[in-house]
Amino acid sequence: MTAGPLIRVEGLTREYQMGAETVHALRGIDLEIDPNEFVAIMGPSGSGKSTLMNMVGCLDSPTAGEYWLNGVEVSDMGDDELARVRNREIGFVFQTFNLLPRASALHNVELPLIYAGVSGKDRKLRAAKALERVGLGDRMHHRPNELSGGQRQRVAIARGLVNAPSILLADEPTGNLDSTTSEEIMGVFQELHVHGQTIVMVTHEANIAEHAHRAVTLLDGLVHSDTMREAA
Amino acid sequence: MPFREAIRLALRVIWTQKMKSGFSVIGVFIGVTFLIAVVSIVEGMNSYMTERFANTLLGVNTFQLRRYPDLRVGDISRETWREWRRRPRISYDDARAVEAGISVEHLWAWESWNRGIVEYDGRVARDINLIGVTEGYFEIKNWEIAEGRPFSPQEARAGLPVTVIGQELADRLFGDLDPIGREVRIRRIPYRVVGVVESQGNLFGISLDKFAVAPALSPLKRYVNPPRIVDALLVKTNNVADLQTAMADAESIMRSRRALRPTQDSNFSVETSEALLDFWGKINGVLMMALPGLVSISLVVGGIVIMNIMLMAVAERTREIGIRKSLGARRRDILRQFLVESATLAVVGAGIGIATGLAMAAVVQATTFLPARVAPWSIVVGVLLGGGVGIAAGLYPASRAARLDPVEAIRHE
Repeated sequence: MTAGPLIRVEGLTREYQMGAETVHALRGIDLEIDPNEFVAIMGPSGSGKSTLMNMVGCLDSPTAGEYWLNGVEVSDMGDDELARVRNREIGFVFQTFNLLPRASALHNVELPLIYAGVSGKDRKLRAAKALERVGLGDRMHHRPNELSGGQRQRVAIARGLVNAPSILLADEPTGNLDSTTSEEIMGVFQELHVHGQTIVMVTHEANIAEHAHRAVTLLDGLVHSDTMREAA
Repeated sequence: MPFREAIRLALRVIWTQKMKSGFSVIGVFIGVTFLIAVVSIVEGMNSYMTERFANTLLGVNTFQLRRYPDLRVGDISRETWREWRRRPRISYDDARAVEAGISVEHLWAWESWNRGIVEYDGRVARDINLIGVTEGYFEIKNWEIAEGRPFSPQEARAGLPVTVIGQELADRLFGDLDPIGREVRIRRIPYRVVGVVESQGNLFGISLDKFAVAPALSPLKRYVNPPRIVDALLVKTNNVADLQTAMADAESIMRSRRALRPTQDSNFSVETSEALLDFWGKINGVLMMALPGLVSISLVVGGIVIMNIMLMAVAERTREIGIRKSLGARRRDILRQFLVESATLAVVGAGIGIATGLAMAAVVQATTFLPARVAPWSIVVGVLLGGGVGIAAGLYPASRAARLDPVEAIRHE
């Protein structure tokens, strides 16, 4: 890992064409995130936090501006390069879990390794380890519909972590969970953070955001506030 | 994603959606089934025709001099028939002159034929081929004598009432009794059985063992032909070159005997198994020409069906594609996944088609006289066609899947 920020975003702009109208989702975001930070990105709906999330997650490319990840500029990368970055550097955790419904927990966790070209045996071993890390060692062969919401999200976290990414990127990770389960998942996040994982989490719930050490609030496609919390 | 992984995934998807997969491969399945079954049967017919049919009826390096062709293939027009019926018959003298005039080493025999009843001790065998021949017949036909002996040249020349019978006739008349030396009645004429010919099996379901051969000059001659007339002179040479010479000799001798001018057509027939095989070759050719057309129609239909199913699959699995992309699948990974899936689907369909085609060929073989011979090339072609159709049909859906935008795909419901 190079010294300096893990994520550096400068003047990040994203416009969408909706018929004749141009929607300015991001109007020039400047943001730096260091290794081992746990950052919550907040803001009301339409503030651009999902768009920022997609940019940071390399799912989408900016209209203008620069995005440096780990000292590499990714804002002008092609599709396949971005796919590689997503595979190696980023672990996603989604609100709706986004597991493959017909595949076992183990196979779901294996997926990033498959695309990384890790061979069969090693892959199974690493996937199993990741599942054990989130406390699902005994549920590996269950399908998503045989698991509770919290367990599904744990599978998703295991999947996000299995390639040892630079960032764990969570988009409303507790949005579909009850409050007890939400706390549990946040516990997992805290634990990961303690072990050095960089986490960027989009949420609109203030009590969830409190688990993070830094809160970035967006408003109308711009950074509205950026506050560090006292170390808990 | 490694190739093996892609196939495993494809098989799993196909297996979990058995019903849909089944329907989607019907076109390919039918096409390949058809290919295998038809090729097997045609190939079987082919070997049957060349190895058995033509040679059993006419023999290798053998020609027959007749009034008109015995083995008629295809449509014969009325005029042709009328012309044939007006032709003079082959007389004893014709046969003798031709045989004597052939310039190469050869075997020869006369043959005259009719159907009739053979009786022994109250048992009656109907519809027996009664054949008046000369002694050379046994060797030309390549018959093994199972019991007794063929009749001798002396018996043939003297026209003695001796007969050599086929296995089935022997069984019918005598059962467990030894047929040799017993007296049967052929068309009420007493004949002594001197030999039984080893079973010749059957041809197109018709037994080849229901016959009685007797000297052409024996009393039977009244029933098989008008006086001093034969149906055919059979001539067998040692090789094809000699056969050509012998046929040319026969042709010129007959033409001069009948005083035909060079402009006139021959009013007799010199036929070999070649003519028959040529005709079969034509049928075979037509079948083999029509086959690709028929097969490709069902494959094109099958391909279109698969393409539609794959387009549906891409639409249904947009979210899955989004998820895979977010986890690092590149365009080519997605492209490959769907291409492999569609190719695997088609190959599975082709595989089932091959199995069904083989089964059909086996059933045809078992239940009819038609033989089936599996052509290995047709199996290879079946698999390749299946895979090819699958890839061709999967190309468009797969490229659509590969080009999906991950952000939109992952939000897709």
